[in-house]
Amino acid sequence: MSTLWHDVCGVDEIWPNTGVCARIDNRQIAIFRIDRADGATEIFAIDNHDPHSGANVLSRGIVGNLGARTVVASPIYKQHFDLATGDCLEEPSLPVRSYAAEINDGRVRVCV
Amino acid sequence: MKIIVIGNGMVGHKFVEELVAQQNVAADVTVLCEEPRPAYDRVQLSAFFSGKTADDLSLVTPGFFEQHSVDLKLGVGAKSIDRTLKTVTTTAGETLGYDKLVIATGSYPFVPPIPGKDREGCFVYRTIEDLEAMTACGARSKVGVVIGGGLLGLECAKALRDMQLQTHVVEFAPRLMAVQIDDGGGRVLRSKIEQLGVTVHTQKNTVEIVAGDHCRHKMKFADGAELETDMIVFSAGIRPRDELARACGLGVGERGGIIVDNHCRTLDDDIYAIGECALWSGRIFGLVAPGYEMARVAAKTIASSPSHDAPQFTGADMSTKLKLMGVDVASIGDAHAATAGARSYVFTDERKQIYKKLVTSEDGSLLLGAVLVGDATEYGQLLQMMLNHIALPSSPEFLILPAADGQTRVGLGVDALPGSAQICSCNNVTKLQLCEAVGAGCTTLGALKKTTQAATSCGGCAPLVTQILKAEMKRLGHSVNNHVCEHFAYSRQELYHLVRVGRIETFDALLSKHGSGLGCDICKPVAASIFASCWNDYVLTRDKAALQDSNDYFLANIQKNGTYSIVPRIAGGEITPDKLIVLGQVAKKYGLYTKITGGQRIDLFGAQAHQLPQIWSELVDAGFETGHAYGKAVRTVKSCVGSTWCRFGVQDSVSMSLTIEHRYKGLRAPHKLKFAVSGCTRECAEAQSKDVGVIATEKGWNLYVCGNGGMKPRHAELLAGDLDDATLLQYIDRFLMFYIRTADRLQRTSVWRDNLEGGLDYLKDVIVHDSLGLGAELEAEMAQVVDSYVCEWKRTVEDPEAVKRFRTFINADGGDDNVVFVEERGQIRPATAAERERPEFKGVAVVAEPA
Ligand SMILES: Cc1cc2nc3c(=O)[nH]c(=O)nc-3n(C[C@H](O)[C@H](O)[C@H](O)COP(=O)(O)OP(=O)(O)OC[C@H]3O[C@@H](n4cnc5c(N)ncnc54)[C@H](O)[C@@H]3O)c2cc1C
Repeated sequence: MSTLWHDVCGVDEIWPNTGVCARIDNRQIAIFRIDRADGATEIFAIDNHDPHSGANVLSRGIVGNLGARTVVASPIYKQHFDLATGDCLEEPSLPVRSYAAEINDGRVRVCV
Repeated sequence: MKIIVIGNGMVGHKFVEELVAQQNVAADVTVLCEEPRPAYDRVQLSAFFSGKTADDLSLVTPGFFEQHSVDLKLGVGAKSIDRTLKTVTTTAGETLGYDKLVIATGSYPFVPPIPGKDREGCFVYRTIEDLEAMTACGARSKVGVVIGGGLLGLECAKALRDMQLQTHVVEFAPRLMAVQIDDGGGRVLRSKIEQLGVTVHTQKNTVEIVAGDHCRHKMKFADGAELETDMIVFSAGIRPRDELARACGLGVGERGGIIVDNHCRTLDDDIYAIGECALWSGRIFGLVAPGYEMARVAAKTIASSPSHDAPQFTGADMSTKLKLMGVDVASIGDAHAATAGARSYVFTDERKQIYKKLVTSEDGSLLLGAVLVGDATEYGQLLQMMLNHIALPSSPEFLILPAADGQTRVGLGVDALPGSAQICSCNNVTKLQLCEAVGAGCTTLGALKKTTQAATSCGGCAPLVTQILKAEMKRLGHSVNNHVCEHFAYSRQELYHLVRVGRIETFDALLSKHGSGLGCDICKPVAASIFASCWNDYVLTRDKAALQDSNDYFLANIQKNGTYSIVPRIAGGEITPDKLIVLGQVAKKYGLYTKITGGQRIDLFGAQAHQLPQIWSELVDAGFETGHAYGKAVRTVKSCVGSTWCRFGVQDSVSMSLTIEHRYKGLRAPHKLKFAVSGCTRECAEAQSKDVGVIATEKGWNLYVCGNGGMKPRHAELLAGDLDDATLLQYIDRFLMFYIRTADRLQRTSVWRDNLEGGLDYLKDVIVHDSLGLGAELEAEMAQVVDSYVCEWKRTVEDPEAVKRFRTFINADGGDDNVVFVEERGQIRPATAAERERPEFKGVAVVAEPA
């Protein structure tokens, strides 16, 4: 499968410390905007599909940090996923995919 | 070894528990239980009137008898004992053999031989059946009289008062609780009892009860006076049930009671007597703690060989505390200063109605007794000082004098108590055991109670147990870690305080001032809830939206397949046909599954996020408001139709439920809140299973709080009775705000209540008597929330920026095609995993986009 950078939306369209869902090539990608205390803004992308519930919901979870990891909590059964790696903290056997994401000239891009 | 236990009362049951816990007896136990149900908490019997059921009061852990193969014969009494054959004949006609026999038959209420005492409407106060009969009669009565002004009589009078009867207490002695307190205390107690609305008659000797002119009965007194009443409860003392023992020639005392030695053995080595039927050293103990001690001694004696190695019963302390809300009365040790050379210290405050007396040894070094009326805060500690012979400070009067402003009282630290000090006498728990349990990880009052059983019977030692918990935690150097999460080193209660006092309105401000990191799915919703309770701002602003749980984030309830359900507010369950039709039309148009909820509303399932604003703009146009079914917030106020339609209703419950629902709608709290209003005591709205339950009375409303359906059902308890509309709302304002202020994250009112140190009495003090002086503040805080209410959905559909957030995809229109429904019983439901996997399965199309 080839990977390509896709333009998704303007950074401002994602409210700070929330997620949105993008449809890219019929895949659902959860994209998160994290605004750190020092003013830096970072973008993360993982699958929107929650392997525990089978529902496409991860973009709607609450983001935050657990120790050094930046995570989202699934809104259905509350497992945490590492936004950088896609690892599931509670059940390592059920991770999700993570994708490269960046801000380029005020636009959010994801590599899928 | 065959053991028969006669009586499955409090003490008899404790004996069985102690016996099966002994390692070295293989006993074959039969229990004869004359009552129709196994052991229950007689001490808490009066709670039956405030909503506790027989099940709530049960002392039997489920499966206990089966698990230990104890043969429990319910509804079967012992009729006779044959000591030579070593058999017991039952009322069912069976004859059973025994190796050891334990008599735990308790006592019966003494009814003085007054002509007319057997008239219909005359009761005693001892069993659940007695209370059921009283309840039935109370409903048909206006006036009630209790004969006897002792501990039990006063408890009973309060119960009659709570049944809305004009209540009288008739006492033969010159003062109430004559055994336990002195004249000075009696005076204060009398006015306290009268304040409850109970009329007190002392030095009245009832000579006859005849038919009344206006009421069912007329009581005639020796002094010629008369009193008319519909019901009479005798509470004139108890007599040991020693009839079986008498009949088989066991020794009994002159005034009754089965004579026992220090091992609770009767004159027959194979027969024991324990509890209120036993006479030890010429004394009967009418309290449960000495009975429990006897049960332990008897069980250990039967299990030990030689038996004289077993522990002995050496008498018991008879200090007591009246458990009446709003009336603190306690008596410790030698309350009447009967010991030779005893000296007293007395403090009276007639304005605040407080009376306190200390009785010390002649040289003032040891505490012998005390009387506390109007304020019994020091009960636990004074009792410990007396029991443990702790040397008194040089000025013992300071132990009972009110503390000068800001100063703490001298000499009453729990640190002074020895490890062997028995803190809970009901369940024989020492300070050492409590400290060990704390060390082993019991860091909350709830956990400590569960592990040690301390404070689980009469509850009198709860304040002391809490102090020991705190002191021990401090000593061990672990502060109670009730921090919300890794981002905030504060409890929810502390965060609430910081937010309110610091007027903090955003999560960023809270984090930068008091926290660290980014926050998480624990602290963010907590903060959002606190902001909403304090400032009631719109929850979906750019800075607040990110804090909300998915349900609050979309103002709808997420379901297992990621779709949402919608519950518009239907206040009080009242809805016009037109609005009902709108709900049907909307559901039909968007293809939603509809179901009636337990809270008298209609739930519409199966909407995708992007459809929510469309659906809601139609609902808002039709006059609907959000129902907050998605929030930890006030949900519903269930109601019956009340006096408007119902031939039994006594108040307009629907109007009241509308008032309440519109007043508190939108209020966010540590957990969801459910209310109900019933129009009469038939209680069709099931108010006693709610956080706030209101039940109509002839005179107003009874307010019940802290009930709970769900996983661990709990009956609500009566907070206050016969309230007018304004006072009802005032108390609910205070109650809710006090809960919001002090509860933990996701702690329901029932659990919160169980963890309140002073329990229901404390709650009543705070809410009804405003003991913390917080009333006005709590009401003002509530007023702010009430006044700033805005329907969140109305606000959302009017705000294009907010509506954008509901798009399923940021970069495309349309919905999630992973959402698949199938049809069942004429409606949609989510397809199962198996259905989705079948290759031929297509499912119904996702709900059609409306035009
Ligand atoms: C309303 C109320 C409030 C109280 N409050 C307090 C308090 O605050 N603090 C306190 O310490 N104490 C209090 N007490 C007293 C306490 O309940 C008793 O001390 C305790 O119940 C005694 O236990 P017992 O097992 O000896 O007697 P009971 O609990 O009365 O049990 C005796 C049982 O034996 C059964 N029985 C009798 N004869 C037979 C027979 N022949 N065959 C089979 N069964 C038989 C009876 O039916 C009964 O079930 C209160 C009592 C009442 C009624």
